[in-house]
Amino acid sequence: MNNTYYGKLIFELSRPGRVGYSLPKCECEGYSLGDLGQEALRQTETILPECDELTVVRHYTNMSNNNFGVDTGFYPLGSCTMKYNPKLNEELAALPGFNQHPVTPAKFAQGSLKLYDEVQKTLAEIAGLSRFTLNPYAGAHGELTGLMVIRSYHMSRGDSARTKIIVPDSAHGTNPASAAVCGLQIVEVKSTADGTVDIEDLKPLLGPDIAGMMMTNPNTLGLFETKIPEIAKLVHECGGLMYYDGANLNPMLGVCRPGDMGFDVMHINLHKTFSTPHGGGGPGSGPVGVRKGLEQFLPNPQVVAKDFKDSKDFKDLKVYELHCDDESLGYVSFFLGNFAIIVRAYAYLLSLGKENIPTAGKLSVLNANYIKESLRSHYKLPIDTVCKHEFVFDGLLEEYGGDHHSPDHVTTLDVAKRLLDYGFHAPTIYFPLLFHEALMIEPTETESKETLDDFIAVMKRIAEEAKANPEMVKTAPHDTPVRRMDDVKAVKEPKFTFKAL
Amino acid sequence: MFKYFPHTADDIQQMLDVIGVRSLDDLYAEIPEEIKFKGELNIPSEKSEEEVRSIIQGLAAQNKPLVCFAGAGSYDHYTPSVVPFLGSRSEFSTSYTPYQAEISQGTLQYIFEYQTLMADLTGMDISNASMYDGTTATAEAMMMCVAAAKKRNRVLISETVQPSVLAVCRTYAKFHGVDLVEVPEKDGLMDKVAATTLIEKDDVAGLIVAQPNRYGLIEDFSGLADTCHSHKALLAINTMASALAVLRTPGEWGADIACGDAQSLGIPMGYGGPYIGYLCTKEALVRKMPGRLVGATTDSEGRRTFVLTMQAREQHIRREKATSNICTAQGFMCLYVACYLSLMGPKGMKEVNEQSYASAHYLHDALLKTGKFEEVFGAPFLNEFTLRVKGDASHLREALAEEGYLLGVPTLFKENCLTIASTERRSKQEIDNMVKLIQTIAL
Repeated sequence: MNNTYYGKLIFELSRPGRVGYSLPKCECEGYSLGDLGQEALRQTETILPECDELTVVRHYTNMSNNNFGVDTGFYPLGSCTMKYNPKLNEELAALPGFNQHPVTPAKFAQGSLKLYDEVQKTLAEIAGLSRFTLNPYAGAHGELTGLMVIRSYHMSRGDSARTKIIVPDSAHGTNPASAAVCGLQIVEVKSTADGTVDIEDLKPLLGPDIAGMMMTNPNTLGLFETKIPEIAKLVHECGGLMYYDGANLNPMLGVCRPGDMGFDVMHINLHKTFSTPHGGGGPGSGPVGVRKGLEQFLPNPQVVAKDFKDSKDFKDLKVYELHCDDESLGYVSFFLGNFAIIVRAYAYLLSLGKENIPTAGKLSVLNANYIKESLRSHYKLPIDTVCKHEFVFDGLLEEYGGDHHSPDHVTTLDVAKRLLDYGFHAPTIYFPLLFHEALMIEPTETESKETLDDFIAVMKRIAEEAKANPEMVKTAPHDTPVRRMDDVKAVKEPKFTFKAL
Repeated sequence: MFKYFPHTADDIQQMLDVIGVRSLDDLYAEIPEEIKFKGELNIPSEKSEEEVRSIIQGLAAQNKPLVCFAGAGSYDHYTPSVVPFLGSRSEFSTSYTPYQAEISQGTLQYIFEYQTLMADLTGMDISNASMYDGTTATAEAMMMCVAAAKKRNRVLISETVQPSVLAVCRTYAKFHGVDLVEVPEKDGLMDKVAATTLIEKDDVAGLIVAQPNRYGLIEDFSGLADTCHSHKALLAINTMASALAVLRTPGEWGADIACGDAQSLGIPMGYGGPYIGYLCTKEALVRKMPGRLVGATTDSEGRRTFVLTMQAREQHIRREKATSNICTAQGFMCLYVACYLSLMGPKGMKEVNEQSYASAHYLHDALLKTGKFEEVFGAPFLNEFTLRVKGDASHLREALAEEGYLLGVPTLFKENCLTIASTERRSKQEIDNMVKLIQTIAL
């Protein structure tokens, strides 16, 4: 990233008469769009820009220089697992052989179908579950799909009374939102002072109206819910199913599987745990897995592997088909999800293999605890215990200007903005909602000790600055391409298009 | 040691010392023994770069490329090489949702450009920052109708929308509790009389229609918006995005919501994804619109900048009060669309549509001339049409696939019919070759 701002919009670079494409001459003569009649045609001209090729290339290249990605620098964004996105995966996802129309007969798409099946099988083994669908497009889409599985299961038993879902107060915001979209009522369970689910608060909530419970483990404070076997037992005894939000799966790889913890349904974010790029807000991929006995409820279409007819001569040879199940919850996507993202995840799974996948989780936990222990001298650590892949500070310590009862205290937002000046992305801020000044840090296993040491040094320096010169921190960032935004103006004078400027 | 893990044995030891534990496994000491995974994962062993490449290239080679005459929501359009090139800029692709606006102006600006382009193409006031795909964008439009109407729970959907769109809307409706009523078709077009009768019952939150529809036909929506609005229902039009450049826009039809898939704007068919759904609406409905939204503002030095805004609408703030759960969608594909449209410009988009129109009509006429096909409907079409095969359509389709051609998709509920598409990428030569082949296939 540089610190020069290129602020022109593509519309401001447009000059009438320029083009940036070339098409062959049309040989199918004698047909004209005009034959459709004026009534059917667009009445107004578009405002599409008119640009030559280099203008477009330079415009977007300069814009990319205003952007910060994992390839630019350390991105300790809690809950987002910003690990390195391997370049081999990009190369393989772009192979022309995968660029097929989705209605291509299965016979001519065997390679793609096999790849899909291999990924679903590998994820099932890693998760300790029976089967995955890779059709959901994102984590939230996976949550919604998983909850649909749970509701379909209850409906298939003729049990229509289960309309409520239990969600901890520390849950990701998408959990209650997905439940609401799925037609479920949310019942919140409180956390204890140590940051985990309060079993005594949970017990009275359980009953014949409970469809299930959503949890992420480790939770959003980065703490492992050690009472999970008892929680799962209680929820199962009342007839509910356990849903695992896989946003925090990374530290558990090969150590403790959601299926073994007692979960029945889960989603995985391929763009977190399995290294596919976040793309500035998608495309992600949110595969959903289920335990044995729930497979038929997964969305259509499913990819199934069948033994080849002449299996005497071709041992282990499989034929892949698309299958639609009558008991399925239905369709949630156009076809088989974000297929090119699935190719990337497969390349990652193959590269790491069973030898390295468990190491990824352990090193991410090592990195998180190292930062936590190195910075607790300057930042408030509300829960003092070994964390998993991430942890939460509650702002600066009081002696470093963090006393939030004082009117001119230095906030978590200020610290986050000052970090940008030093070439780091900010951690997740003001989430989870359990603390006033939450600063949620997740380094992943792909970050070196030197990077962490630099980050730690800068975080300490910011704390010292907050003490000595708070104004400088409160007006940060100073060295970024642009400076602090007027967020209020964006809401009060809304402008969402070039035309509105 | 492994190429994606930088830790040396020394690093690990020093870090463990700072933390005050003895081994990596001790970091997991609190986990109950009975749920720990003790064996070895039953998955493949680690592979070198060359091995991974060879395995995945091998799978790609097992797919057989077919000359594509299929559509139904995914179209084989030309993509200028600049588009994937700019899409490989990892400053864009390896970033997260642009929460830190000061170091995310690249992402924010291309989304702002995308919003401008989609609002203009659809003839609406505003666009959000993308949905997953055209099917889920339409399901979100359905839920948006219900959220906007407050006390109405019924949404009408034309039977002529793409089958995939209808299927996904049915799923969302079933679980969200929307009473989704299908408006029957008549001669391949939505039965407007039937739709009007339903709307006049004054209990409808919205009507969803498609242009062009599942058969490729161009529908006439004259008067439809007025009928909807006089009974307090919203009108949503689903359109394949490329066609928006030349067909009467959702805005010009008086629609309140425009939704659909923008794959046709420079995004490869890619076996179904990633694509990008779009959702556009009128300014008055902005607070009911799901998804992220980028707005213009200024920074502390007065420069024009862009930020994520109106976040109070979004699911992570509204939590259990949410009427959509969308957060991360297909943000990166906004870059594809913005680059594509910037290169094509107004002239290019007209030319793409003229050529697609011409090649589809040439193909349509050539197929009829073989004597093996017959017309099913009479209405005009853009680049996709439906014909009945005088014989076994699936046999013909399979035989052609063996020879390297993908002729359309089987038309649902229409015996021996195929819905066939063409684009500017299909040459006259390709069409002539396939038609010649069809003449030799016995039905």
